Amino acid sequence: MSLKIIETCVNCWACEPLCPNGAVIAAKPHFLIDAHKCGECLGDFEEPQCAAICPIEGAIIDALGNAINPAGSLTGIPPERWDAVRAEIAAR
Amino acid sequence: MFAENDVGLQTTEKTVAMAFPAAGGGCSAGSCGSSPAQMSALSDAIRAKVADHPCYSEDAHHYFARMHAAVAPACNIQCNYCNRKYDCANESRPGVVSEVLTPEQAVKKTLAVAAAIPQMSVLGIAGPGDPLANPQRTFATFRRLAEKAPDIKLCVSTNGLALPECVEELARHNIEHVTITINCVDPDIGAKIYPWIFWKNRRVRGRAAAAILIEQQQKGLEMLVARDILVKVNSVMIPGVNDEHLKEVSRIVKAKGAFLHNVMPLIAEAEHGTFYGLMGQRSPTAPELKNLQDACEGGMNMMRHCRQCRADAVGMLGEDRGGEFTLDKVEPMEIDHEAALARRLAFREQARAELKARRARAHAIPTGAQVISLHRPPRKPAGRAVLMAVATKGSNLVNEHFGYAREFLLYEATESGARMVGHRRTDKYCGGIETCGDGDSRIERIVRALDGCEVVLCARIGYEPWSRLEAAGIKPDAEHAMEPIEEAVMAVWREMLKAGKLQSAAPGERRA
Repeated sequence: MSLKIIETCVNCWACEPLCPNGAVIAAKPHFLIDAHKCGECLGDFEEPQCAAICPIEGAIIDALGNAINPAGSLTGIPPERWDAVRAEIAAR
Repeated sequence: MFAENDVGLQTTEKTVAMAFPAAGGGCSAGSCGSSPAQMSALSDAIRAKVADHPCYSEDAHHYFARMHAAVAPACNIQCNYCNRKYDCANESRPGVVSEVLTPEQAVKKTLAVAAAIPQMSVLGIAGPGDPLANPQRTFATFRRLAEKAPDIKLCVSTNGLALPECVEELARHNIEHVTITINCVDPDIGAKIYPWIFWKNRRVRGRAAAAILIEQQQKGLEMLVARDILVKVNSVMIPGVNDEHLKEVSRIVKAKGAFLHNVMPLIAEAEHGTFYGLMGQRSPTAPELKNLQDACEGGMNMMRHCRQCRADAVGMLGEDRGGEFTLDKVEPMEIDHEAALARRLAFREQARAELKARRARAHAIPTGAQVISLHRPPRKPAGRAVLMAVATKGSNLVNEHFGYAREFLLYEATESGARMVGHRRTDKYCGGIETCGDGDSRIERIVRALDGCEVVLCARIGYEPWSRLEAAGIKPDAEHAMEPIEEAVMAVWREMLKAGKLQSAAPGERRA
């Protein structure tokens, strides 16, 4: 059982010092979680610490591939709004 | 100003002489931010502390440069005007950087900048996240730099959440200046600005989050003041959210001992990917910003020369020379640190002498308006205030061609003299007009940026923009090219007075 950081990570370092098991690796092009060390903070904290501070929606996923912080959950920006603006900008 | 290979080769005298004319390379206003009157009311101890800091003193920012080292990428809160995917090289706004540095790299870069730019007096850490959410990286940078360049002042800009627990360490590192961004003192307003904070190992949301943040900010402010650390408060003006409320914020932070209040306009564009940008929250207009700054000024020193720079900005406030000091350029530089220190000290001595002379002149020479008042019956107001925009490329002169100006300095002329009250950008926070523009022509953008101004002073101006400005009710003036700004502004004001244009309300007010 382990969490995973995916490519939308912006390498902001916020999660790295918080991990109780030292499972976060400051890798390039983006940070990674050592699956052997990660225990999803069970027994240590109420919330997995990396996901509790991560500012990027969707950057940390669970073993089933679900985002711990899904789109809209951190910024309050509805995903449809983002898509509409992206399309608008791309059309210029 | 210096080519890289010039570093370390020049004699002290030559360097200082070369550095000096360009000292106004950024803002060249004669009186912006805290006014000379406000400055002279300060204690000597405080004046000495801000004398070399471009972000804390109107005087200093004509002469001294600063840089921000982007060593602090992590943040412990989310603000609705911030997008954590900070990687646009074209943009100049807080929170944006091109490369995050390790403390070693930051110190190397700072020393390279301090060797090439003798005006360099301050290293600030302002992100791109929060410096105090990255305490190890932030304090390691300060510690190493203090060993190698003890003359450089250190400063941090923080959201305040982790401030109380860091005050002791800030004091230990001889940090004399701390900026706290305080947008509210009311958690209900805070809930509209901050969606969440990370607090005691949990993500806290909504009103509860704002309440904790506000408490920490106020506690941190009090602790800093108690240790004689100067505190500047930054506030982002968000129309309809905290604009009226900021007057109360200003009163409270002043009462608690903050030294300077800097009310900045919200920057919100959909392209930036921020909550406010995407959800259509508007930014304040320039007159709205000025009105709020004026309203806050009654109780507080207001900063008017802030350029809302990037978390990796380098140089004078009006310029960004970050591109000259990227890691790949800094790496091969050979630097003679002792010679660089000597150049900085020599520059500072000369700058201080110049500042002292300037202050003496300001006290000795009556302004043009005061001369006029001698010839007028007492108590009768000599004419109303006029807002004027000035195109300048430095040295406190009207010396920029209208078409080349990327920003205009704003002066308010009254019978008691000319005073800088702000600046207006015309390039919309982004270098790439072609890619980021909204389809407006440049002149339309400038006319909009100069809303509220009655006159534009510049060195030269073409026929077409001249007509467009006149049509918009703004009088172009190239008659005072190369004159000192305050003198030119007052000369125009006196001409308007003589022509009988200053007896009634401003044209904009009549229309309203």
